[in-house]
Amino acid sequence: MDEPAPRLAVWKFASCDGCQLTLLDCEDELLSVAARLEIAYFLEASSAPGPGPYDLSLVEGSITTPEDLERIRHVRRVSRRLVTIGACATAGGVQALRDFAGVKEFASVVYARPDYIATLDRSTPISAHVPVDFELRGCPIDRRQLLEVISAFLAGRRPVVPAHSVCVECKARGNVCVMVAHGTPCLGPVTQAGCGALCPSFNRGCYGCFGPMESPNAAGLNHWLRGLGMSTPELVRIYRTYHATTEPFRRAAEEAEEHE
Amino acid sequence: MTHKTVRIGGLTRVEGEGGLVVHARDGRITGLELRIYEPPRFFEALLRGRGHTEPPDITARICGICPVAYQMSACQAIEAACGAEVTGPLRDLRLLLYYGEWIESHALHIYLLHAPDFLGYDSGIALAADRRDLVERGLALKKAGNELIAVIGGRPIHPVNVRVGGFYRVPARAELAPVAERLRRARDDALATVAWVAGFDFPDVEHDYRFLALSHPEEYAILSGRVATMMTAGDGRGTPEGFAVEDWPEHVTEEQVPHSTALHARLDGESGYLVGALARYALNAARLSPLAREAAAAAGLGPVCRNPFRAIVVRAVEIVHACDEALRILDGYTEPDRPSVPVEPRPGVGHGASEAPRGTLYHRYRLDEDGLVAEADIVPPTAQNQARIEADLRDLLAPRLAPGLDPPEAELAALCERAIRNHDPCISCSAHFLDFRLDRG
Ligand code: SF4
Ligand code: SF4
Repeated sequence: MDEPAPRLAVWKFASCDGCQLTLLDCEDELLSVAARLEIAYFLEASSAPGPGPYDLSLVEGSITTPEDLERIRHVRRVSRRLVTIGACATAGGVQALRDFAGVKEFASVVYARPDYIATLDRSTPISAHVPVDFELRGCPIDRRQLLEVISAFLAGRRPVVPAHSVCVECKARGNVCVMVAHGTPCLGPVTQAGCGALCPSFNRGCYGCFGPMESPNAAGLNHWLRGLGMSTPELVRIYRTYHATTEPFRRAAEEAEEHE
Repeated sequence: MTHKTVRIGGLTRVEGEGGLVVHARDGRITGLELRIYEPPRFFEALLRGRGHTEPPDITARICGICPVAYQMSACQAIEAACGAEVTGPLRDLRLLLYYGEWIESHALHIYLLHAPDFLGYDSGIALAADRRDLVERGLALKKAGNELIAVIGGRPIHPVNVRVGGFYRVPARAELAPVAERLRRARDDALATVAWVAGFDFPDVEHDYRFLALSHPEEYAILSGRVATMMTAGDGRGTPEGFAVEDWPEHVTEEQVPHSTALHARLDGESGYLVGALARYALNAARLSPLAREAAAAAGLGPVCRNPFRAIVVRAVEIVHACDEALRILDGYTEPDRPSVPVEPRPGVGHGASEAPRGTLYHRYRLDEDGLVAEADIVPPTAQNQARIEADLRDLLAPRLAPGLDPPEAELAALCERAIRNHDPCISCSAHFLDFRLDRG
């Protein structure tokens, strides 16, 4: 008899839906993925959510409300493997900028009655609350990497995802370096690969949407960026956007401030 | 308690657990609350203090389904604040990018989310098990839209090539050729889509709407225009000639309601107006491309469509228009001589609005002396539609809750889900939505 198909669940916390939409954007592969997996729970795509347990849970979004704190524990309990997708789920996302300002102030800018709004002081990644089997980077994640992660888990192996910097992808693509050739500030040297060096291919500096690579030399890069005319506030802002609370980008922003 | 307040864009979507609570007494609805549970992400707050070049990238992250709309409204608001304008071939490129988003977003909604409702399936994937050919046609259409976005913007979700003033790099003519090829096929698929959805079995419902959409003298307005309004009943009030986008704050105000993290918008003091496909079509149908107009006529759409269930037909017609117009621009494309116009920051206020696939999206920024954002205000489509969606639900439920009738709650919940999905609110909720609670008092 055939083995039952592995059961996939897709969950959303505070996020823009872009990472889970990446799955639906796999137009050529969607129906064949759906044939090999049972898409058991995916609110963005189906109105027939099936009960757990699930073999693989993809989790998008960060934890920002008291209820979501409970819900992520439930998700962990019903999932054999849990993979976070995107900057929100792996690093707190752009909404983690509240960590630097105070959520009360943020809420009062947006709402006349902030007391109606239940929200936590900080926006935290999934791994701050439950064990995570794998974290996929990107804001949004890359389609090819997502397919690699799903196939790897179906095959029972670790996904093969590079840990090197965007610079390596630029070299592989044959891009000229936007910093060297045009003096354009670029976070490529400290950002993890995965996008295929998209921004430099469009004559733009990387803005770090895949988050920090493993052990980046941000102090060295800051020196360069200052040389290209970036001011301290600009340096702070470029690190404090989509991955502000990750250790390397947090330190890079602090280093820029201390240098003043 | 009514106050004007800024709202957060992150609430355009509704969490999968959004809910609807209906209170009925003696067969009359005494309360109906559409609950939006999306955790607040505070974009309007976190934009303060950012550079004038940053809102297009940051606000794209409000919504992964229509990032281009956020980028376009943000760029135009900031350009307006700085006294810059993007015209000619650069504006055409923006239109092209936006048409790509329209094609992919509408194809996604029609094939994967909405059509399964009419055919009795839970999802597009379930539909594919029986009608793979249809779903493949939808996916091909969606892919054509995504490829158009990718060739201009770098990637379909949160494109990287958009900047205040234009683009970082403009595509060469040769880069666009393969997309044009695919769009020609997409246009045929779009025509087939109109014919297909026009044949669905539509509930016999018509509502009186107060519509709001951008309107442009030469174009079926998407990228820019004046804000036009129209009443479909009563004394027929409305201002089809429109008001300028910078007068938006005088006409549209927002109110916080306790049961939702999304704000409710009012137009000239009245709640419950509608933005989106039905509004655009009613106000602008005459400026659809000839092919799209023919398709609309063949599908039996009159000059104004008041049956929200038929919005799926209007969306299909809009895909035909988007493919057609995109091809027209592509055929005449010559590479602009510079990728962007200079935009020097200066203190001031700028307003921008464009038509996201699900309706008008308004941005306002105030820049300070340092060119940093001092204030941001974002009014997304779903927040504007929320009160009107509640009214649609009341109209649908009222006759079914009359004394003596006792329809199963599951049936009511399914009908309400469909009625909500008609307006293509953001995606989690459009696919699966309702925690339906009926309290008969
Ligand atoms: S990581 Fe970026 S793309 Fe993914 S959900 Fe968060 S904001 Fe959206
Ligand atoms: S180059 Fe950098 S900012 Fe651009 S897409 Fe890649 S990781 Fe993101």
